[in-house]
Amino acid sequence: MITTPSLLLQVTGTPSASTLGTANPVSMGMFFLFVAVTLYITYWAAKKTKTGSEFYAAGRNISGFQNGLALAGDYMSAASFLGIAGMVATKGYDGLIYSIGFLVGWPLIMFLIAEPLRNLGKYTFADVVAYRLRQRPIRIISSVGSLLTISFYLIAQMVGAGGLIKTLFGLQYELAVVVVGCVMTMYVLFGGMLATTWVQIIKAVLLLSGATILVLLSLAKFGFSPTNLFQSVTTQYGDSMLAPGGFITNPLDSLSLGLALMLGTAGLPHILMRFYTVPDAKAARKSVFVATGFIGYFYLLTFLIGFSAMALVGKPTIESIDKGGNMAALLLAEQTGGTAFLGFIAAVAFATILAVVAGLTLSGASSISHDLYVHVFKKGVSDEKGEMKVARRATIALGILSILLGLVFKGQNVAFMVGLAFSIAASANFPALLMSIIWKRFTTLGAVWSIATGALLSLVLIVLSPTIWVDILHNETAIFPLKNPALVSMTGAFVAGIVVSLLQPEPAAAAKFESEKLRTYLGVGAE
Amino acid sequence: MPHNTINQEEILQSPAFKKLVSRRWAVSLLLTLIILFIYIGFLLLVAYNKELLGTKIGSQITLAIPVGLGIIFIAWVLTGIYVYWANNSYDPAVEEIKKKL
Repeated sequence: MITTPSLLLQVTGTPSASTLGTANPVSMGMFFLFVAVTLYITYWAAKKTKTGSEFYAAGRNISGFQNGLALAGDYMSAASFLGIAGMVATKGYDGLIYSIGFLVGWPLIMFLIAEPLRNLGKYTFADVVAYRLRQRPIRIISSVGSLLTISFYLIAQMVGAGGLIKTLFGLQYELAVVVVGCVMTMYVLFGGMLATTWVQIIKAVLLLSGATILVLLSLAKFGFSPTNLFQSVTTQYGDSMLAPGGFITNPLDSLSLGLALMLGTAGLPHILMRFYTVPDAKAARKSVFVATGFIGYFYLLTFLIGFSAMALVGKPTIESIDKGGNMAALLLAEQTGGTAFLGFIAAVAFATILAVVAGLTLSGASSISHDLYVHVFKKGVSDEKGEMKVARRATIALGILSILLGLVFKGQNVAFMVGLAFSIAASANFPALLMSIIWKRFTTLGAVWSIATGALLSLVLIVLSPTIWVDILHNETAIFPLKNPALVSMTGAFVAGIVVSLLQPEPAAAAKFESEKLRTYLGVGAE
Repeated sequence: MPHNTINQEEILQSPAFKKLVSRRWAVSLLLTLIILFIYIGFLLLVAYNKELLGTKIGSQITLAIPVGLGIIFIAWVLTGIYVYWANNSYDPAVEEIKKKL
């Protein structure tokens, strides 16, 4: 399976040994405690969230370390916790290849994007692209790129949330979707970035400590020796589990997916937006280091969790509950720590979904209010009150939309949507952002064509790819051979941007490139 | 502020500033190439030489495990190297130039 891990549960049955799918008082209690604490934080944050810079960027008062944790929180979705642990538990080593792809995007954010982004921008990554180009066309096209990325990511998260909660708590799918949609809307609507950041930090700490305890409990069964763990795995399932298997069959396919995972990270609007919450470029840099460390540690944990689940719970049991293995971590939690610990981990998984959708919604709302309303409809004449009003309305609209999307896509195969979101981020957002930072002759028209090409190619090619054309539409063979389009769509976006810029130079933009260097490299005039 | 503009222009044209910018990208691009080389190399190794990665090194562990976890660790170390360089070399140079503004 080369599509991104999903939380799509194909529940076929629950073994008598597991209490999954029944209301677990501990998880219910833990979850309500989490919601109560985070809503209290939202109440506290609401008092400090009046201006635009407070709503979008938490007043730029988040420290580098805190932002690092929040970035890690944004990135460690339930899909990566349960999905990657599940892939390792059912397919062995291949699951790790995914984690590596997700992680290596972070150094690139550090080396290429983080500091110029922080120095040049205000609230959204479009600020950077539009800095020396013509505002209106850039704002319109980058908000298309942002909103597409966010929408596909949101659908995958909401559908995953509904399914997950149904399995975990025995709660109705629809009810779960509505609860998630309402609670996250409250975080964003009242608490803005400050509340969203602290929800993310709390969740990151809970997730990292929960996963650490799970690994310790599991390794205890093997005398705290990973070698014993691996021995148990190979004795039961053969040596092939500890080596790459069927994950990569076609090198071009793997390169394309690898590029999407790696460079898509550097084009995710909700991740990029976080860099505006810290005071300066130095703090931005520190936050990437902290985030990379925590995310790397987290992937090490999911690797061990996956193998422990394989050895202790057993592959057949895991696959009997969910084909993709998504319940592996939870089954392992129940086996090693009992029902109470299962409840804790389940509540953490739920909290994870809430926090991630809140971050997505906030970045979607900023794109609508800051990029579209202020710079397109108001032509850059920002009236803070009006902008805040639009930002809050956009938040409510996105909250309702995410609930509707969650309901509409119920039971649909949305596994490809995370991969698609990464592909659009890598093709539409990343090339334009990078070229605007490093290339003097980049023009408005070049940016518009680059973003449009990247987004369109991603959308069209994914429909023609085996991911949709064969797996969902059940055609015999795919028209486009790669499962993830990033290799072609991102290359296309770069080529379009370069060719169009060279064909029609924009002297004003090139001249401004020189003067913006003071801000890019020295932080002079940065907000 | 015409005076300020001239001053800014002077700084933009100064060798110190130009050196700052070119050094920044030299370091960034070098580190970028290292991580790309490692990651793409890993993908190619997985695609073309699964047997090598499946080699046992010790009683149970295959070469694939330290290689995979090593890449995660190296990615983190590279971000650390960048932070160290930026804090100790880039930032002081920036402060030096900003004094002239």
